[in-house]
Amino acid sequence: MKRDALAAVALFALIAALPLSGDSYWMRLGTTMLMYGVLAISWNFIGGMAGYPSFASAAFFGLGAYTGAVAQKLGVPMALAWGLAGIFALAFAAALGLALLRLRGHYFAIASLVVAEVLRELVNAATDLTGGGMGLNLPIPRLASVQAQAVFFFYAMLALAALAFATTLVVVRSRLGFGLRCIQQNESAADMLGVNTTRYKVAAFMLSGVFVGVAGAIYASWLHYIEPPDVFDVLYSVKAIVMVLLGGAGSVFGPLVGAALFLSLEELVWRNYLQVHTGVLGLLIVLLVMFLPRGLMSLRFGVWGRA
Amino acid sequence: MLSLQILANGLILGGLYACIAAGFSLVWGVLNVINILHGSFIVLGGYLAFFAYSIAGIHPFLAILIAAPLFFALGYVLQAGLINRMIAAPVLLTLTLTFGLDLMLSNAMLVAFSADFRKLILEPPLGVLSLGALVLPVDRLSAMALALALTGLLYLVLARSRIGRAIVAVRMDREAAALMGVNVRRIYAVTFGLGALMAGASGALLAMIFPISPLVGPVYLGKAFVICVLGGLGSVPGAMIGGLTLGVVESFGALWFGPEHAVTLSFTLLIVVLVIRPSGLLGRKGYE
Repeated sequence: MKRDALAAVALFALIAALPLSGDSYWMRLGTTMLMYGVLAISWNFIGGMAGYPSFASAAFFGLGAYTGAVAQKLGVPMALAWGLAGIFALAFAAALGLALLRLRGHYFAIASLVVAEVLRELVNAATDLTGGGMGLNLPIPRLASVQAQAVFFFYAMLALAALAFATTLVVVRSRLGFGLRCIQQNESAADMLGVNTTRYKVAAFMLSGVFVGVAGAIYASWLHYIEPPDVFDVLYSVKAIVMVLLGGAGSVFGPLVGAALFLSLEELVWRNYLQVHTGVLGLLIVLLVMFLPRGLMSLRFGVWGRA
Repeated sequence: MLSLQILANGLILGGLYACIAAGFSLVWGVLNVINILHGSFIVLGGYLAFFAYSIAGIHPFLAILIAAPLFFALGYVLQAGLINRMIAAPVLLTLTLTFGLDLMLSNAMLVAFSADFRKLILEPPLGVLSLGALVLPVDRLSAMALALALTGLLYLVLARSRIGRAIVAVRMDREAAALMGVNVRRIYAVTFGLGALMAGASGALLAMIFPISPLVGPVYLGKAFVICVLGGLGSVPGAMIGGLTLGVVESFGALWFGPEHAVTLSFTLLIVVLVIRPSGLLGRKGYE
């Protein structure tokens, strides 16, 4: 634990030095990478540790984005709006988890997948509050320059990623992490041995929601504009999963490594093959699934957490 | 009288939905693979019918005969060459695999056909059938009849033919079927081929009624999910009942709550059914 924590502090300190480069392009990439990191770390709680294939990330992300945006529209200060987004996502995950986590395998995957669709349609229809399909503009924070704003949102996302990562470190060593690993390996046996599986799973699901919700709110403030198809994009769910698969759930750093690697690939593909970038992304996913069995096996058999 | 018309509309829509979902449900039930490609297969079938009509003047009903062998071959090759390698992997991986394939296919269609919506317009139009106060467009009615006939045919294949019995056997117990001399991998490939065939054929039928674009694949995929859950997995009668139910629910939902809530309504229905009866309204393991 100590070694992991030290390595993490060093890593985050290194990332924190990025604004020194002063390059806006790198700032944007860095912020996006940290956001992806939050998505991946969060998915890991429910998908990596408990082994439940959740596709709810997009729902949490969109919910957080809209909670933050609507709160700011109603006059709540930005930082408080972000906190509200986290609370909403947490409460939503708790309610949703109690209903959906009784399902296993495909059924859980599908049910969590359609949640984002339902929320998107609801947001689309609630035009008075959310602006519907026209989207929602957010107030631009009063900061000296565009550059200062970029740096501000970078550090906000960095703080969130660090918090999510620290939570991972704590959870892995805790009773909760142990219980989740038991659930992943054999849920019925864990249940029989006295692990309160429902409570553990719901806790993991809440952890997988709260940080993503805040990330959504920060994203909304960062872009100053959101619309339903953007923030409820199912690709957020899929990317979270692919990043963890890519990094491998074998270590606590897996999701972070996966996020950095995935973003690099995505950016390269996007820059060079604009017309076919989703197709190339699809090809990468297929190749990953077919030829990277180690990262995948670790997910299945739970080699989670080194000594 | 209005509600009778809405009911008729819903049943017509539901017949098409049944055809959309039957293949998806079969693949899910037999292979335990969620085929995310299904929506794109439907769209591809739609384009096939569209171009067959606009270039060669082939009527969409006949285009089904062209679509069927092509899509069966496509599905068979995909399964035998690619998905069979991953078939023993956990749920999440096969799902991710078909998702990746779907990204590729839909991107290819986007490049080839552009994102414009196109509509196959029959010349001359088939007109409408008036039964008292009921007005039924003949193109929709005949498409629904064909869709139900296709679904019925799939049911007969599964219930009567040798290969169909083998598919059902694999679904019930893979190991036992293998011990009885069934080539499980070949059955997987045939099943996936049949699923693709149903998707392509229903796409050809839908092209007459709804505008097609590479972007609508996920819409049909979502409907297939809902119908599967409503009717229970891997069961053709279940898909039929689920499809008709969804069609009627959507039609009345549009009347009562407004059309913009149709998707919300069907997905809410899905979640409620999942939570109350995870095996589907008709769900049971076993025979067709």
